Amino acid sequence: MSEKESLASLDPAPNKGRRMLLLAGTGAVGAVGAGFAAWPFFASWKPSAKARVIGAPVEAFIGELQPGQLMKTVWRGQTIGIMRRNERMLDDLPELNGQLRDPQSENTPDQQPEYAQNIHRSIKPEILVLNLHCTHLGCVPEFLPEVGAQPFEENWKGGFFCPCHKSKFDLAGRVYQGVPAPTNLIVPPYRFVDDDTVIIGQDPEGAA
Amino acid sequence: MAKPASNLSRQLESVGNWVDRRLPVSDFWKAHISEYYAPKNFNIMYFFGSLALLTLVNQIVTGIFLTMQYKPSAAEAFASVEYIMRDVEWGWLIRYMHSTGASFFFIVVYLHMFRGLMYGSYKKPRELVWILGVFIYLVLMAEAFMGYVLPWGQMSYWGAQVIISLFGAIPYIGDALVEWIRGDFFVSDATLNRFFALHVIALPLALLLLVVLHLAALHEVGSNNPDGIDIKKNKDEQGRPLDGIPFHPYYTVKDIFGVGVFLTLFAFMIFYAPTGGGLMLEKDNFIPADPLVTPEHIVPVWYFTPYYAILQAVPDKLLGVLLMGAAIAVLFLLPWLDRSKVRSIRYKGLASKILLVVFAIAFFRLGMLGLGTGTAAEVFEARIWTFVYFAFFGLMPFITKYEKTRPVPERVTK
Repeated sequence: MSEKESLASLDPAPNKGRRMLLLAGTGAVGAVGAGFAAWPFFASWKPSAKARVIGAPVEAFIGELQPGQLMKTVWRGQTIGIMRRNERMLDDLPELNGQLRDPQSENTPDQQPEYAQNIHRSIKPEILVLNLHCTHLGCVPEFLPEVGAQPFEENWKGGFFCPCHKSKFDLAGRVYQGVPAPTNLIVPPYRFVDDDTVIIGQDPEGAA
Repeated sequence: MAKPASNLSRQLESVGNWVDRRLPVSDFWKAHISEYYAPKNFNIMYFFGSLALLTLVNQIVTGIFLTMQYKPSAAEAFASVEYIMRDVEWGWLIRYMHSTGASFFFIVVYLHMFRGLMYGSYKKPRELVWILGVFIYLVLMAEAFMGYVLPWGQMSYWGAQVIISLFGAIPYIGDALVEWIRGDFFVSDATLNRFFALHVIALPLALLLLVVLHLAALHEVGSNNPDGIDIKKNKDEQGRPLDGIPFHPYYTVKDIFGVGVFLTLFAFMIFYAPTGGGLMLEKDNFIPADPLVTPEHIVPVWYFTPYYAILQAVPDKLLGVLLMGAAIAVLFLLPWLDRSKVRSIRYKGLASKILLVVFAIAFFRLGMLGLGTGTAAEVFEARIWTFVYFAFFGLMPFITKYEKTRPVPERVTK
């Protein structure tokens, strides 16, 4: 006997509307309850309190960073590059605009804090702070600052080249056209304590 | 059936009867083994179903023993795998049986799926058999991916980084989703630990359930055969298919022979080329994971490379991910894309035959290109084969509907 037949063999429901209401009500309350019960399991996958503490801001000393030099540090497990660019490098930036996808960082406001949304993508023009992970799939691009022909680019003005899928970025982390990476490299929030010290993971006072 | 010959066999029978009245063991044995009639014209392609089951059992048994020595933490994982390889008695064998077994699982599954393509095993009434099979394939891919992360070598780490970040391509929720999957702001101990849980219990349970459903659906509708003939149409007086033979003893014996051949090849690989020349265990994975150094050349294990080549062929991240997903999702639609009157490639037209061969070449070439370094020439070629891959499915409804098929015989052929 199917469920339908067995139900039909019972006395007809005295009040069908009431039965439907009870069914729907029980179902709805049950679904909400199931949702609440599922939440702890879902939420347990979020970064733990410990992971959030380890994700706190880090300090970097840049007093000995020479022009043209890049240093790496780690914040939240991400490789952060801090670079002091020289005059030549800064002068080359506007020249590259034509080959870039988003030279003024206008299309992707999430890739940098507002205070780094400019052509050199930094607070101080010469100091570049950059999350070095490629915006394609997260590899760390190679640092190739020298001007000169490269196997992948004849008129290379210096920049970052990702070995994974051949994405190219200039010395402001701006992405070239026609490569897999969709956006410029990320500039993390950072602020200067003094001329020689940067804190990564914190906005400058007063900035949002 | 059997005459009670002695006291002992009478007693055994009464024990059997006692159980049968409470649990239908002999009914189950009859329905699925001794009186399950399979077509008598199975060929070599029909070994891979039972071999897939064998490889599954191999993975489960060796996997259980690996969990007894493995430590699922970022600090200890790599060293614990090396400990298994060097210090645990026979640990190297169990580990290689598991790691090489994963590759053999995929070889067997790919051949099993290709068999389905050849003989139209996805066509009515076997749509659900096929769809459940595609689900098995999906879970298997997740299982294999997470398993590859566990040794926590460079390729484990950066492979995880690349694959997880694919979810970041989803608009709006992408970044939050990636953080939720990793359980940290980067691929870390938390990620490894949860992947371990999924790899050793959650996904294997899902896999076993799906395999049971796959077989239940198969035994409900009956096995297809190289002729694509419905053997249930011609039955003898007792209702047994004339072209069918009981699975046991006929196919159990045949499959045991297949197992022998398979284990010979499997043992050869385990003993003489356990890393498959860098295909089954990549060289970079013998270096401990380092979040600060990206390997020069990140490549997934060979069984994922066809899809990786499709991903690389698209210059846009979201579109690439979507196309890669579509390459797998389209398999679900297959039962309804094939509109041919006949099942087997034997009776389909020339166009279908050419299409199937070209598709196989495309899948194979994509697999090779996915292993490459991603030069412009490789990307260009990958685009062509990606187009061919999808053209196979896109053209199928038209070709199968309009092409001239050959008449299908009433009874199975040799």
